[in-house]
Amino acid sequence: MNIHAIKAIYLFEMARTWRTLMQSIASPVISTSLYFIVFGSAIGSRMANIDGISYGAFIVPGLIMLSILTESISNAAFGIYMPKFTGTIYELLSAPVSAMETVIGYVGAAASKSIILGTIILITARLFVDFSITHPLWMIAFLVLTSVTFSLFGFIIGIWADSFQKLQVIPLMIVTPLAFLGGSFYSINMLPPFWQTIALFNPVVYLVSGFRWSFYGVSDVGVGISLGMTLVFMLICLAAIGWIFRTGYKIKA
Amino acid sequence: MKPIDFRQSLHPSDASEPIISVSGLEKTYASGFQALRKVDLEIRRGEIFALLGPNGAGKTTLISIVCGIVNPSSGTVLADGHDIVRDYRAARSKIGLVPQELSTDAFESVWATVSFSRGLFGKKPDPAYLEKILKDLSLWEKKDSRIMTLSGGMKRRVMIAKALSHEPKILFLDEPTAGVDVELRRDMWEMVRGLRESGVTIILTTHYIEEAEEMADRIGVINKGEIVLVEDKAVLMRKLGKKELTLHLQNPLAAIPPELSAYPLQLSADGTELVYTFDTQQEETGIAGLLRRLGEHGIDFKDLQTSQSSLEDIFVDLVRGRA
Repeated sequence: MNIHAIKAIYLFEMARTWRTLMQSIASPVISTSLYFIVFGSAIGSRMANIDGISYGAFIVPGLIMLSILTESISNAAFGIYMPKFTGTIYELLSAPVSAMETVIGYVGAAASKSIILGTIILITARLFVDFSITHPLWMIAFLVLTSVTFSLFGFIIGIWADSFQKLQVIPLMIVTPLAFLGGSFYSINMLPPFWQTIALFNPVVYLVSGFRWSFYGVSDVGVGISLGMTLVFMLICLAAIGWIFRTGYKIKA
Repeated sequence: MKPIDFRQSLHPSDASEPIISVSGLEKTYASGFQALRKVDLEIRRGEIFALLGPNGAGKTTLISIVCGIVNPSSGTVLADGHDIVRDYRAARSKIGLVPQELSTDAFESVWATVSFSRGLFGKKPDPAYLEKILKDLSLWEKKDSRIMTLSGGMKRRVMIAKALSHEPKILFLDEPTAGVDVELRRDMWEMVRGLRESGVTIILTTHYIEEAEEMADRIGVINKGEIVLVEDKAVLMRKLGKKELTLHLQNPLAAIPPELSAYPLQLSADGTELVYTFDTQQEETGIAGLLRRLGEHGIDFKDLQTSQSSLEDIFVDLVRGRA
């Protein structure tokens, strides 16, 4: 195991975070705060409670998930796309580093960033609405698992993308709609039966539901299923990355 | 031209094992382009080896395979005895690469990027060693500067510093002086010699023949994916060396007189210079005869000079001859 290499990649990526502190941390926090002001306070005050939870508190887990999903993907994708774009990837390819070490470095850094971000948003949210966390350990588990899984997904996108446009297209066209329709702002039980069934094909539903369960003990789908689905998605991503490194897809001729 | 038997030089007589040995290496890209055809090559420990070839000959592909950036289609490469695929960790930790393109991080400081490279290659931090490298490359004053603020020549040095950061035994320099001014080129040559002194084996590719002539112990010529020649530089120059005799004429000639047609002569455009090319390897160079014939026909000259053909001429001959 080339520990020095993992450390080098991880610290390099984290240095990028500190250097771009405004984009990395401040802007998601600002946009999430806006959600809390608009949906939580302004609109939420006129909304009925959902599952006995005030609307402002109800959307907290969903909003954190929304930020984590998009930020994990974009950070991990950008982290591996940039060396490809600037050509500095030659160094990574010529280094005595295994695929696993590369992934631990890049994905670990992207996930760390998301976890930090999630925590900051959680603290920010507390300033706007009152909520409690019923299962804090499960909350942390879901936070970490989601950050890692979607950083893996972002890593795949970063490898696949060969233009800045492609780098944006999946997060924008697929992930954002799935995240918005994944029950961040509502319980899927509020949907007509037909759309409830459709919603179950959306992986984000399971993440949000599981995460919300860790806060309030209520969920749209069973927490075991939530956990299982997240793990399944993670395994799919790991398999895809394994294939990428075995074949050299888009990184090695 | 005599056929060159380069097989001799592929199997060095000295007992020491080659530091790099390439055998039967082939590469066909997904596009179907065959970049390398059955390449066999051995690099001796501690030498400066220059790989010469025109654009697209396969120089970069060969280097990229040895360094692990491109997958070989078939064949094997051993670096310091380690297979570059099976035992890639051991092999790659011995190798430093300075690629042709100036690819650097823009926002990092020089110190950060060099430290990163060292870590990436599995070495624990050694600020004293990195300081020495940066000082040797005249980068020490710039260690806290962002790379994007540096000049092209400085960036090239940063890339060299990165390649040396993990104390490699083998250094690949892919077109190290392309687009570099004369002064920096001299500095670079000086640095390469210094590295060789310290025991590093250096493989450089170039299409500046001057560079190979100046630097290399041995020269390999690659063309269309095949190694067409590997030879000690001195031997190569001797073997293929042609000399030219230039005669500065007293009175310009309109054309080469038919009496002299037996000699391979060329007349300059203004008719004042007559150039005779001869092979130093031949018993009979024909100079004496030529000068006698000139005297018989009343062609006087005021000056004469001879010059050894450069590696460039040899190279052009080779690449054309086998194209």
